[in-house]
Amino acid sequence: MAMGGITEMAVSLAHYLTVSAILLVLGVFGIFLNRKNVIVILMSVELILLAVNLNMVAFSAALGDLTGQVFTMFILTVAAAEAAIGLAIVVIYFRNRGTIEVEDISTLKG
Amino acid sequence: MIAALSFYAFAAILIASAVMVVTSRNPVHSVLFLILAFFNAAGLFLIAGAEFLAMILVIVYVGAVAVLFLFVVMMLDIDFAQLREGFQRYAPIGAIIGAILLIELFMVLATWRFAPEAATLRLNPTPAGVTNAEALGRILYTDNIFLFQACGLVLLVAMIGAIVLTLRERPGTRRQSIAEQVARAGTVSVRSVPLGAGLKEIGIARPPAPEEEKPKQVEHHHGHGGHH
Repeated sequence: MAMGGITEMAVSLAHYLTVSAILLVLGVFGIFLNRKNVIVILMSVELILLAVNLNMVAFSAALGDLTGQVFTMFILTVAAAEAAIGLAIVVIYFRNRGTIEVEDISTLKG
Repeated sequence: MIAALSFYAFAAILIASAVMVVTSRNPVHSVLFLILAFFNAAGLFLIAGAEFLAMILVIVYVGAVAVLFLFVVMMLDIDFAQLREGFQRYAPIGAIIGAILLIELFMVLATWRFAPEAATLRLNPTPAGVTNAEALGRILYTDNIFLFQACGLVLLVAMIGAIVLTLRERPGTRRQSIAEQVARAGTVSVRSVPLGAGLKEIGIARPPAPEEEKPKQVEHHHGHGGHH
């Protein structure tokens, strides 16, 4: 990996990218694994967003450019909004149907 | 040296707790491991030099989002044992897709490189002698002020949406009707009431007491889920 002219970090960029790649794969794996529980799927989405944020911060530190951290703040905002709306939808769905199984959420299929 | 060691410690705990989040049998444990994962991610942010974001991660995620998850998990009356069915059924395909994704990511990781002129193309170079929070604030409140306001709008809309979605109008709820109060025509009358007289004797009728509402029975569907 060419690092010429790039700020030297305490821990190399490749380490951060590896960790966040593993985290992202775990999030995707969690979506497949928990096909019944919407709440755990939402948590997996949070893990994926965390992996993205980790990538952003690592590149920001490696390049000496704060834009990545600004972007991370916006991602955090959207993630918080998504969690709030998603959990609200889960709550009203449970109130109406008495279940949160993903396979039962097929009313729109007709 | 210390930074490298703590990086490995934080990364190991982060990945271990992420594994526990997706594989834990009880969703409450999942949420608690999610909180642990966020703490360790905050540690990784600190090592990378993003102090402000690390604190934001702890405050927003651990303090708000994870606790929201915890509330929802505990409020919903779910048969968790039933939710675990099909776990083994979907594990192989999830593992295959995860492995493919991981291999692809490592292929990208092994071959990418910075552009030669990347060091000269910085949009917001990290200023020297300024704390991370102040540097971020200088960018956020000047160049990105409209994006920052848009973020606030997104949060506002999310808040209104969550309230509108979950607000339930129960029958028999007493609520102050400000419009009716303002539109009231007659003035409030003061009457001289004999001592010891009850409301009924004066002629003031009390509204009947509302009937006690029974809590809604949660339906449990036992018919589905078992036959997969």
